[in-house]
Amino acid sequence: MDSDEDDRIPLSQRPEWSDVTPVPQDDGPNPVVPISYSKEFAETMGYVRAVYLADERSHRALQLTAEAIHFNAGNYTVWQFRRLILEALNADLHDELEFVEHLASKNSKNYQLWHHRRWVAEKLGTEAAGRELEFTKKIFVNDAKNYHAWSHRQWVLQTLGGWEDELAYCDELLEDDIFNNSAWNQVSYAVKAILTKPENESSWRYLRGLYKNSMPSFVMDRRVSTVCLTVLTTKANCVFALSLLLDLLSNGFEPNQELKNAVEALLPESRDQDSDMAVTICSVLEIVDPMRVNYWRWRKKSLHSEVEEGVRNLRVH
Amino acid sequence: QSFKFKLCVLEKIHKISWKNLLEISLTRPVINKQATGDGVYRMIGMEPSSSSPEWKPTVSQEEQWILERQVFHIYQLFCNIPPKSQAVMLELQRDNHIEYLMKGLRHLGPSFSVLDAKYFTLSLCALMVRCRNSFLYCHLFTALLLSSRPWICYWILHSIALLGESVDDALEHNAIHFISRCQDQHGGYGGGPGQASYFSMPHLATTYAAVNSLITLGGHRSLGSINRVKIYSFLRRMKHTSGGFSMHDGGEVDVRACYTAISVACALNILDEDLVQGVGDYILSCQTYEGGIAGEPGSEAHGGYTFCGLATMILVNEVNRLDLASLTDWLVFRQGVEGGFQGRTNKLVDGCYSFWQGGAAVLIQRLHAAAGEGHSSVRSNESFTSSEFSDDEELLEGTSSGMAEISPDVEEDGSHLKFFAASTQMVEGGFRDKPGKNRDHYHTCYCLSGLAAAQYSWSKDADSPPLPRSVLGPYSNLLEPINPLCNIVLKQYNEARQFFSKPL
Repeated sequence: MDSDEDDRIPLSQRPEWSDVTPVPQDDGPNPVVPISYSKEFAETMGYVRAVYLADERSHRALQLTAEAIHFNAGNYTVWQFRRLILEALNADLHDELEFVEHLASKNSKNYQLWHHRRWVAEKLGTEAAGRELEFTKKIFVNDAKNYHAWSHRQWVLQTLGGWEDELAYCDELLEDDIFNNSAWNQVSYAVKAILTKPENESSWRYLRGLYKNSMPSFVMDRRVSTVCLTVLTTKANCVFALSLLLDLLSNGFEPNQELKNAVEALLPESRDQDSDMAVTICSVLEIVDPMRVNYWRWRKKSLHSEVEEGVRNLRVH
Repeated sequence: QSFKFKLCVLEKIHKISWKNLLEISLTRPVINKQATGDGVYRMIGMEPSSSSPEWKPTVSQEEQWILERQVFHIYQLFCNIPPKSQAVMLELQRDNHIEYLMKGLRHLGPSFSVLDAKYFTLSLCALMVRCRNSFLYCHLFTALLLSSRPWICYWILHSIALLGESVDDALEHNAIHFISRCQDQHGGYGGGPGQASYFSMPHLATTYAAVNSLITLGGHRSLGSINRVKIYSFLRRMKHTSGGFSMHDGGEVDVRACYTAISVACALNILDEDLVQGVGDYILSCQTYEGGIAGEPGSEAHGGYTFCGLATMILVNEVNRLDLASLTDWLVFRQGVEGGFQGRTNKLVDGCYSFWQGGAAVLIQRLHAAAGEGHSSVRSNESFTSSEFSDDEELLEGTSSGMAEISPDVEEDGSHLKFFAASTQMVEGGFRDKPGKNRDHYHTCYCLSGLAAAQYSWSKDADSPPLPRSVLGPYSNLLEPINPLCNIVLKQYNEARQFFSKPL
């Protein structure tokens, strides 16, 4: 409905609206900050007021709100009314996604638009997740730091799921512009999300991959060890956390007492703990990850040379 | 000894389009800029490093350089003009600002013929386009101009008050009358007048703007027009299960909503446990790993939301729950080499952040000061319900003892002033985001508010005048003192507190 002003037929001339009397705006006798409205806008709002006051939740009312929104996408009252109409009509919300998408390019920083989008997506549920993530990606092409789009993306991941590939997407963005703070923020958010699904290997691997060329930063990033600690204390699904911790230790990481305690708590009483935390971890892994028991035994044996090399690398930087 | 950089190189660059500018910068050696004490920038030529021969700037870098070049060019010009002209540049253009502001109150937008319908549309579109050019935060509070006339009222009235002026009786009468028509019968203010004639749901942001406007106008008629009982019930309706607030019925929940609700409640003396409950938890969950505060949990740390969050936490007496050390650290790094403030890490500076970020810095300074004086709690709860407003003044009173070491002084080297004078102030009146953008009332309001906040940050107490060095420029630049939490001129704020001293 991006029709030229000239193509638009005034509402007063449309037969389907002949039964409605528009309600004019009344600013009062001496308004301040008066705004100069176009005739077309003023007319549209006159009809919107009429249907709003009559609480008419019909198809024509829906179409009218679309016209009003095109004139002024910031009118939160019209958007709210539109939602009431959509509910009353039990409208197909996929069409609604189209409607918002159409407006988005020119209104990408509009609160009402994004709030409305969120409302629609929530109603559609998990099936909408993929499309919502694609939608935000499109916005990022032109504005990689659009605040609303990032908030929306986070809401989608949180509510509708789909964050497995999130770290990979952030990596793409950061490769393009390492200064994109919004992408960095998203990495942090995704790392936190690992806490909710510690059994997903992808994110652990991805986290490692993200830092693969800068092991010292990885070792020193407190958030990484914090993630490990939190997972270990829940005592469930700790294989990846333990494995990551093992790598950190091999690269010169110095664990605090809390971490040491958390690891020791995982070792059954029958087993002796070693003063070397890495050895203890390997012992635990032999038990909790029996499929790879030989691998963990081999890691235990190779520990000394691993640590030496790791610490050497750490010192170089 | 500092030396001036080669202006001829910059001049040549300035005349070329930005795409060519980029090509040039790629072929030139990598340049490091180093700020010297008096605001002149020294450029050191360096050979491109061998480890990155094909180095290409990112979008962030590109945008930043373009802005730096523009701003440094202006500073260079500044350095080359005689002292008398420099003094003029640093001066607040009071008369022109007032003229711009008064005009806006009476008639928004360009003047045009009533008869020409097409021109109507064009001017409206021009307005809308200008709005879009502003940053996110310029939309943060506005549901576009057309649904937020109380906002424009506030920006203009507050700016006029900061400049120490007032509006004439007729205009005052009209403003009160107009804003009152935006009041909803069930409480709160909407974006436009009248329930019956112009429908507009009450909205927290417009309520904040309306209340602040009326308080700024002051006087019995203005303050008496505010229905506190209804506003209280509106605020209660907006309360959300998360502890935060919704902007309107069925609206978004975020830190802005918390601030607007709590600020209004404090100004009207209707804050109570039911409104406060959970707000601290919600805002705390919005402080990010960077140290700043986001709009919603998980989002990026942002200047506008940081001010909102910090001010709210102070108002509900839970500020010590925040990690103030990391907030302070993030905040001080938001001041750019240009002198102004950016809203987020690695984004461009913008005049309005002189208040959001600069104002937050002032709040932090006050907190340090109050802590230094040995107050057990920075702000006592009693002031919410008591008729005394002296506790507010306690907070607003600063003390410079010990502040130098522990609080961030963002004004000391004068770079903020230079940014303000050279990059945001328009000689013909009004303020803008940055060079290349147009002036608007939003930026006028927040550039001036930022200046006012900074001027009083070093005062020993609310009554004593600020030290000359903190005025920024000639003493004639001194603005009216403000309550930096609600961003209302102090005198009017105190008058309102007196007027609303009786609890509901």
